[in-house]
Amino acid sequence: MTTPLPDFALALPEIVLLAGACALLIFDLFARGERREGSVRFAGLVLLATAAATLFVLLGTGGALAYTFNGLYVADVMALLLKLGATLAVALALAYSRRYLHDRGLLKGELLALLLFALLGMMVMMSANSLLTLYLGLELLSLCLYSLVALNRDSPVSTEAAMKYFVLGALASGLLLYGMSMIYGATGTLTITEVARQVANLQANSAQHGFLVFGVVFLIAGLAFKLGVVPFHMWIPDVYQGAPTAVTLVIGTAPKLAAFAMAVRLLVNGLLDLAADWQQMLVILSVLSMAIGNITAIAQTNVKRMLAYSTIAHMGFMLLGLLSGVVGGNWLNAAEAYAAAMFYTVVYVLMSLGAFGMLVHLSGKGFECERLEDLKGLNRRSPWQAFIMLLLMFSLAGVPPTAGFYAKLSVLSATVAAGQIWLAVVAVLLSLVGAFYYLRVVKLMYFDDPAETAPALEGERDARVLLSANGLALLVIGIVPQPLMGLCFVAIKSL
Amino acid sequence: MAGALAWIDKMIAMKTLYLLVPLAPLAGALAAGLAGRALGRAGAHRVTILSVLVSFLASCVVLADVLQGNVFNGGVYTWLTSGETRLEIGFLVDRLSALMMVVVTFVSLMVHVYTIGYMAEDPGYQRFFAYISLFTFSMLMLVMSNNFLQLFFGWEAVGVVSYFLIGFWYTRPSAIFASLKAFLVNRVGDFGFVLGIALILTHFGTLDYAAVFAQAPAAAGKTVELFGGAPWLLLSVICICLFVGAMGKSAQFPLHVWLPDSMEGPTPISALIHAATMVTAGIFMVARMSPLFELSPSALSVVLVIGAITAIFMGLVALTQFDIKRVIAYSTLSQLGYMTVALGASAYSAAIFHLMTHAFFKAVLFLAAGSVIIGLHHEQDMRRMGGLKKYMPWTYWTLLIGAIASAGIPPFAGFFSKDAIIEAVKLSQTPGAGFAYLAVLSCVFVTAAYTFRLVFMAFHGEPRFDAAHPPHESPAVVTVPLVLLAIPSVASGWLIGRVVFGDYFGSAIAVAPAHANIAHMSGEYHGLWSYLLHGVSAPPFWLALAGIGTAYYLYRVRTDLPKRIAIALGPLYALIERKYGFDELYQWLFAGGARLLGAGLWKGGDERTIDGILVNGSARLVGWSSGVVRLFQTGYIYQYAFAMIFGVLLIMTWFLFLAPRA
Amino acid sequence: MLAEYFPILLFILVGLAVGVIPVVLGALLGPHRPDPEKNSPYECGFEAFEDARMKFDVRYYLVAILFILFDLEIAFLFPWAAVLGEIGLFGFVSMMVFLAILVVGFVYEWKKGALEWE
Repeated sequence: MTTPLPDFALALPEIVLLAGACALLIFDLFARGERREGSVRFAGLVLLATAAATLFVLLGTGGALAYTFNGLYVADVMALLLKLGATLAVALALAYSRRYLHDRGLLKGELLALLLFALLGMMVMMSANSLLTLYLGLELLSLCLYSLVALNRDSPVSTEAAMKYFVLGALASGLLLYGMSMIYGATGTLTITEVARQVANLQANSAQHGFLVFGVVFLIAGLAFKLGVVPFHMWIPDVYQGAPTAVTLVIGTAPKLAAFAMAVRLLVNGLLDLAADWQQMLVILSVLSMAIGNITAIAQTNVKRMLAYSTIAHMGFMLLGLLSGVVGGNWLNAAEAYAAAMFYTVVYVLMSLGAFGMLVHLSGKGFECERLEDLKGLNRRSPWQAFIMLLLMFSLAGVPPTAGFYAKLSVLSATVAAGQIWLAVVAVLLSLVGAFYYLRVVKLMYFDDPAETAPALEGERDARVLLSANGLALLVIGIVPQPLMGLCFVAIKSL
Repeated sequence: MAGALAWIDKMIAMKTLYLLVPLAPLAGALAAGLAGRALGRAGAHRVTILSVLVSFLASCVVLADVLQGNVFNGGVYTWLTSGETRLEIGFLVDRLSALMMVVVTFVSLMVHVYTIGYMAEDPGYQRFFAYISLFTFSMLMLVMSNNFLQLFFGWEAVGVVSYFLIGFWYTRPSAIFASLKAFLVNRVGDFGFVLGIALILTHFGTLDYAAVFAQAPAAAGKTVELFGGAPWLLLSVICICLFVGAMGKSAQFPLHVWLPDSMEGPTPISALIHAATMVTAGIFMVARMSPLFELSPSALSVVLVIGAITAIFMGLVALTQFDIKRVIAYSTLSQLGYMTVALGASAYSAAIFHLMTHAFFKAVLFLAAGSVIIGLHHEQDMRRMGGLKKYMPWTYWTLLIGAIASAGIPPFAGFFSKDAIIEAVKLSQTPGAGFAYLAVLSCVFVTAAYTFRLVFMAFHGEPRFDAAHPPHESPAVVTVPLVLLAIPSVASGWLIGRVVFGDYFGSAIAVAPAHANIAHMSGEYHGLWSYLLHGVSAPPFWLALAGIGTAYYLYRVRTDLPKRIAIALGPLYALIERKYGFDELYQWLFAGGARLLGAGLWKGGDERTIDGILVNGSARLVGWSSGVVRLFQTGYIYQYAFAMIFGVLLIMTWFLFLAPRA
Repeated sequence: MLAEYFPILLFILVGLAVGVIPVVLGALLGPHRPDPEKNSPYECGFEAFEDARMKFDVRYYLVAILFILFDLEIAFLFPWAAVLGEIGLFGFVSMMVFLAILVVGFVYEWKKGALEWE
């Protein structure tokens, strides 16, 4: 008896990335030179090849749903688009932080390899059609991120952050795994589509149902940790602040796409029939996150920490989209709501890339731009950067006509369509609270005098051009949101 | 088949052209505004002039296309869909908008060129070019709009650029004051305008012109209850609200006060924005809304009376001013009054025709005045001019052409357009037409008098300027636009047969049968020559001649008389010279009152209630809770882990025991 | 269903008994006469010169971790070898890929000097 060959072509992006990452590790061992130019270029090439492979698969399948590896792996439009997005995010993060890393002696082959392996983990998560595949990807991603945080071994802050991240991450993994085992116990399968079929045939209020809900609570706890929503958010501020800004830039961006994919795979693909149950859990998480995230951010003096709390608030807002999909068994608005959530996530990743990227860009040799004071009078020192930062802050605050505004608007309209008026009101009020600290940054940049000691800007040109494109993209998406929204819609429809 | 294909090809090409018309100046503005430093001075003016030239040529092609009977009405891009309402960017290109497009881009082009000379030594050179190109874009968006939202966008955008430009020399307190004044007065008008648009959206459920016009006849009898439950005709309320907007933008009495002060801005924009284009937006808007206004006789009556008041009273003020730009500014007010009167008399085509001729001759007047101002090293007081004719011949002759056109002497452009208006008002049955006829007729005399007062005071007689710095003729970039604008100031009037009497506008303008004054006049029209002959024998022509004669007598023959008249008239003269005291009244009543109210609200409402309790209170609350929540972030890993586990337990408890079961 | 787990319970009980009974017996039956010499830690015949709970070199961890890493692959290799005939070329190639990835790690640690003590 011979085992039939699975369709490898569907997993081409992962295969290319894995091979590339391994090759990079070896290549870097034998490469010379302080700046690691060869290795960085190599990493860039690998990312490019991965993106090309993803596009190739996208064109090859033509957006059709396809499973491979005995149903462990799925290739649909959402997975492929998110993979493209994550690849782009990692590439941009690398481009933004190259000089920063080099100045601090962190630009090593290990960093590049870890970045690529983290991306591999994200991709596996995005294409997971089995609880095990999902877990595998999650661990691969998390382990890479832990070591990235600790990359600066001699910094006590970084090590402490990495330690916390690791211990709490392990705890969250445990919770998630426990939840998965419950789901397995209740349905007897690990394949997500199969789980969905079992759940659909379930009797309401049976013992099995209770068992499943029990498992879902743990699943959501694990998921919430990854997204960083209250009360599973504690690691976010410490890790964001403790990690070198360049690493924060990575942690705060692409993994959010993976976390979104994970949420969709688990909740929408697998447990849509339990929506009534998990939606209520998400309501709690979402409101708490928006409240605590926005309110605590105000008291921060460190920009990274402030943005960390803002992440918490934003992820809470994104959950609004996920929880407004199904109303009383009615799925009519589901696609709109999930597409809105996806749009929100993508836009958030763009904003986050820009904001942390700008901090990296403004940091110089021996100077960390991370306190609010460091942004004082930026307009006077470098007006263009201040303007881009202004765009980013406006977008984060949700000021029209930026992308952040449209993202909030679409999520809110989904929430209202789901009849959750009070939730929408709460979200708007808490966003207003949030606007305060974003606008404070603008005020500092434009109306305060620069500190005497503010160092001159030394950012390199290509990073500046990319950052500008990043900031302006938010404006363009805000004015012409339809293409991106359309893509999100297609992606959700492809599930 | 091939014909159909060609037609489709053409439609696509035309659509690109429509887009090109507003977008080219926008691109120019962005280039000059954002990359002005990199482009340099010459680069900035080259880019913007080229972009406006492209826009002008495209407008001409569009006009030619429209003249063959093509009308385009369609969306270009949907910005937002909210329920049933679609907010989109769209173009309505018909004969009305095409004509406006050509006028706007032509004057703008001339002003762009002129600016090279006028602003040559200004440090804000690139900024200025960016602004006027941006203005051109905004104006075109306004003109080409096919819906109220975009109209409002353009309306506000031209307003914003106008405030920027009035305050262009932002170090002068008077410029700041003027731009603030313009801003505030326009807000009053905009308030009415927004109310009108909101009423339209509420009652018609759409903001699309065509859809609104289609529903309008059905809504003719509809009433709404306003203050105290009195029923008002819905359309009258809408039209009057819209007209309040037009009063703000087109500086009609009593919202006219901002326009004379706007002369603080550089002269090119006085010509472009505060004479030729932006201030006529109100006129254009009312003409565009003619299907609505025609259904409301009371609104037309309001329009008519307001226009008549503006025409005559502002004309009188012009007689008493000495600042050369202010004289022209009051003349603009008066001429805008003429256009408004024409609208009220349902002579929309005459109003637009006058708008066009006025754009040309007023631009000439302003630009020539600007040329005088630079020639005299920024001297604007006519009492320190005189005898400039021999120093500045080009300026003199072009200004003279503008003045003759303005005074309404045949065969110059102003004669035709003004005469058509006067004739239409004479025929009009709209309530208030009798007063309006008297006003516009006597205003002909006033117009001629103040225009030639300016000519005689500035260019003839003894030189009164500082002899140490004799004036010099301006460079070619200044005089060439003057000449190019002087040509249509003469010739554009000859189009009257086509534009006014030839049913040029077709379906773009609606006139109710009861108000068909222009149609009646068309019946009497037998070619340019007979019209001219008829004009020469009619009272307006003689009144104009009398006005010129009076000006000649007072300012060339008996130069001591004006002062004596002023003294003899005493308080009456003072009243007119002080512009009827509107500035002071508004200052005292609104600015002072608002300040008083503001102080009260500030102390009591804002500082105590809002700041004290709501803002600072809530901020303090948020800050306090922020501080509290922060305490949870202890940094101890076991507490974090505890929080997570506690969270799981909490959710689980809620789920297993407390959650409502579906 | 629970009955099927009975052998396991039995196994646990026997295992516990085998572990506990000798210790208990020894404690109960053996002679019990302690003195300082007997209570001191035994260290290969040397005098005890340090506390047993000392810091030790982090390199031990490294070696331990690397050992576990490469040792565990055996756990995959044994079952793989047992069914190699049935899983055919696909199975063979899969394992080779797995080993190749391990080799990458091995090359990395070698080159980085993780295998050298000093």
